[in-house]
Amino acid sequence: MELIAVKKLEAWFGVFQALKDINLSIQENEVVALIGPSGCGKSTFVRCLNRLHEEVPGARVAGEVWLDGRNIYAPGVDPVGVRRGVGMVFQKPNPFPGMSIYENVAVGLRLGGVSKRTVLDEKVEQALVRAALWGEVKEILKRPGTSLSGGQQQRLCIARALAVEPPVILMDEPTSALDPISTAKIEELIQELKTKVTVVIVTHNMQQAARVSDKTAFFLLGELVEYGATEEIFTRPAQEATERYITGRFG
Amino acid sequence: MSSSSYELGRDVRPSDLTFYYLLKGLAWGLVLLLLAMVGVIFALSWEALSHFGPGFFFDPSWDSWREQFGALTFIYGTLVTSLIALILAVPVSLAVALFLNELAPSWLARPLGFFVEMLAAIPSIVYGLWGLFVLAPFLRDHVQPPLGQYLGFLPLFQGPPMGVGMLAAGVILAIMIIPTIASISREVFRSVPATLREAALGLGATRWEMLRLAVLKASVSGIVGAVVLGLGRALGETMAVTMVIGNRPQIDWSLFESGQTMASILANQYAEADSSLHLSALTAVGFTLFVVSLAINSLARWIIWRMQRVN
Repeated sequence: MELIAVKKLEAWFGVFQALKDINLSIQENEVVALIGPSGCGKSTFVRCLNRLHEEVPGARVAGEVWLDGRNIYAPGVDPVGVRRGVGMVFQKPNPFPGMSIYENVAVGLRLGGVSKRTVLDEKVEQALVRAALWGEVKEILKRPGTSLSGGQQQRLCIARALAVEPPVILMDEPTSALDPISTAKIEELIQELKTKVTVVIVTHNMQQAARVSDKTAFFLLGELVEYGATEEIFTRPAQEATERYITGRFG
Repeated sequence: MSSSSYELGRDVRPSDLTFYYLLKGLAWGLVLLLLAMVGVIFALSWEALSHFGPGFFFDPSWDSWREQFGALTFIYGTLVTSLIALILAVPVSLAVALFLNELAPSWLARPLGFFVEMLAAIPSIVYGLWGLFVLAPFLRDHVQPPLGQYLGFLPLFQGPPMGVGMLAAGVILAIMIIPTIASISREVFRSVPATLREAALGLGATRWEMLRLAVLKASVSGIVGAVVLGLGRALGETMAVTMVIGNRPQIDWSLFESGQTMASILANQYAEADSSLHLSALTAVGFTLFVVSLAINSLARWIIWRMQRVN
């Protein structure tokens, strides 16, 4: 079933157009990798999917993004409400300082108005289990989130995003600041997550895209050059630009 | 090896060596200057301190006729006026800093920020004059009567409204330390990484929730630092306080009453102290002010250090 439909999406930073006429559709429980050279617009694209792009001063968006049957750019839609229903994981692990591991995971639930201790306890545990972190932190839930290692912090951030059970999670280069072992754990995790959520992941690492994703989108200079099954893209790309990029002849 | 020590290699240029010793001399010179000042003040205070013993700090009397001196009244006055100043200034400063950094458009934030910082450039004596001729009458006519009427059951707000007094001193101090606390808090808020703000926004935080989760929580130790610098300024502020506090050495619960701080008693009596014991007692009050400031600063550094270690 189609979960996300992007239609004629355009995005600007001031006068610079970062995305040009993007059209693409994402199915439920799919992992979609976005690849392309730096500055090609792939990060901007994911940030349009939860209306975060417009938080940058001077940034602007046009077009439609249908999420779960609703155009999130329709007039009158509250971006705060949109973001509550979409998880996001960033390049650098960013747990909230001054907050315990538990509170970091609970924060999204609390924003949504959940305050019952038993409900929080249950959902926090669930999220940490799904993020493959529960075993490592169940004894130290009261310690600051920032006391964990980088890889653990990133899984904590994934748990934070999962806690509100969003249908889709956006990941913006989630492993680029991590060591290879932590990276492998996160990739494994993405595979497990896709049974329940849709993952859109931006990556600079083409092996990663090949390993974790079902579909791959190749962006270049703000345009979507090619989008299709990952295997197709990496073995028989239809566009010459895609082939040149994945074979490392420019980037 | 600590980064501050400078290993002199074999091939050092003579000019580098001269420069190294010059800077080293200046740095140590400052430390020696501080120690020398403390030493001299302590030596001058010794007559009074040895005469009255530790009781000097707990004795509320200050009687130059009978030569009975104690610092308690002034310690009380300094702490209470500084506390009033903090209670008023901290929320205002944080609100100003948040507004200027996070909410105001830049065409408004720039000039407003400039004016807030200009408050720090007004000379203390001008604050004192304004306090005496504008603030004190305003407090007497428009603030103290309703405070006495509605909160008069508290000992803090009893007695006739007089304008000048502890309350006026606290308010003027608050205005004087707002620029300090606000501008440092702005720097602290500015240093919060954008990724934390995005983490909060990405979770569906409203602007206020984002400020609370990402900006304020990450800034706690920095804010404590800002508050302490403001407090340091309030503790030692002399001229403006002397002009509006009423200058009567007494300890009274009511903030409407006159008082005296450690700095204001020094400003008031230095010129007229005729006995050596009186002069020494005044110096001892100065020494106490130094020790109290040092203690509060050290406490704050310790708090900041501990909070940074936890995170």
